[in-house]
Amino acid sequence: MTPFGAVSALGGWTVGAVRDLGRFSVFSASVADAGRRPPLRLRRLVAEVYDTGVLSLLIVCVSGFAVGMVLGLQGHNTLARFGADQQLGAVVGLALIRELGPVLTSLLVAGRAGSAMAAEIATMVVTEQLDGLRMMSVDPLDFVVAPKAFAMILSMPLLSTLFVLFGILGGYVIGVVVLGGDGGAYMSTLEDAVEFSEDVLGGLIKGGVFGVLVGLIATYRGFTATPTSAGVSSAATSTVVIASVSTLIVDYFITALWGT
Amino acid sequence: MREEPRRDFWVGSFVLLGLVGIAYLSFSIGGVSYRGPGGLQLVASFDEVGSLKNRAKVVIGGVKIGQVKAIQLGDNFRPRVVLDIDGRLALPSDTSASILTAGVLGDQYIALEPGGDSEVLKGGDSIQFTQSAVILERLIGKLVKNLGSGDSKKSGDSK
Repeated sequence: MTPFGAVSALGGWTVGAVRDLGRFSVFSASVADAGRRPPLRLRRLVAEVYDTGVLSLLIVCVSGFAVGMVLGLQGHNTLARFGADQQLGAVVGLALIRELGPVLTSLLVAGRAGSAMAAEIATMVVTEQLDGLRMMSVDPLDFVVAPKAFAMILSMPLLSTLFVLFGILGGYVIGVVVLGGDGGAYMSTLEDAVEFSEDVLGGLIKGGVFGVLVGLIATYRGFTATPTSAGVSSAATSTVVIASVSTLIVDYFITALWGT
Repeated sequence: MREEPRRDFWVGSFVLLGLVGIAYLSFSIGGVSYRGPGGLQLVASFDEVGSLKNRAKVVIGGVKIGQVKAIQLGDNFRPRVVLDIDGRLALPSDTSASILTAGVLGDQYIALEPGGDSEVLKGGDSIQFTQSAVILERLIGKLVKNLGSGDSKKSGDSK
């Protein structure tokens, strides 16, 4: 490749990336607009919350419990070296509420529900169902995309909270029931260490922001998929990849801006 | 669209469960609502508050009766601590306050010791007798200094 060609390729790539970002912004704004404007289509929203939230419950709760057990074991082993194993509740609780709950929930939900969301919308693109809706003068953004995106935004903080609670339970099972720590100390160090405005609210905000991210990325990828079978699979794949990576990157910035 | 009561029930339970979880995290674990009985506000000035924090507990004989509401810098550069304690308590006016540490690495809290005066502290009154926090680093510093000077004498002797 000539130097001229290389520079042109870089330029083309940059223009493509900026164009994609612009389309994504316009798409996000129209989804927000569709959620504000009647018809609100609450029944569609309930159906989507069932698919996104209720069907993700099991995987989120089981994962939360497992992560809590690992934290309990690791935390106990590390803290016992300093004779501070009484503080196990604080370690498990803070780690889950501030970081692991929202982030891992977002990764799990992106894989479980986000990919399904993108694949469903992409299939509708391939089979021209969205065009069919447009012919009946039903806005597909209103009828298909917005309920899915808002279901994700609503479900994520709730799922993240349940992840945290099951994690705390898992830590309790290992730290207190299995390793024989003090149950009262576990709960009281947890309650002492956790502040509402710094920890709980921060965790909930993270959950909400990740919900927005995953919901918009999944629906955007599905909505703009190329109408082929390869397009459907690449929409699902790129949703998981982009949503996961941007969750982790955005998490850093929220922590840096929010944390003290 | 067709009504689906079973699905709606699951969605409802999911949302309810999530909200209960958030409430539990906020109120019970995060401690948003807990103020105890509260009501009586007292002021105590210390020379040094160490790492005393807002919401640190205030105890009498180990029983929690309130919490620290605010820590500011008062007159003469002395830290001024506002305590929010159970309004039902009639504390004698010669009650003393000291900042103690729970265990070696624990959090700091304020212990009140009721005196014997017949007059009672009212809201906004200040506690006259206070004992400041012990700063571990300064104690160690003093200890090291003393040991150091002892050593140099000994080494001087051995020469």
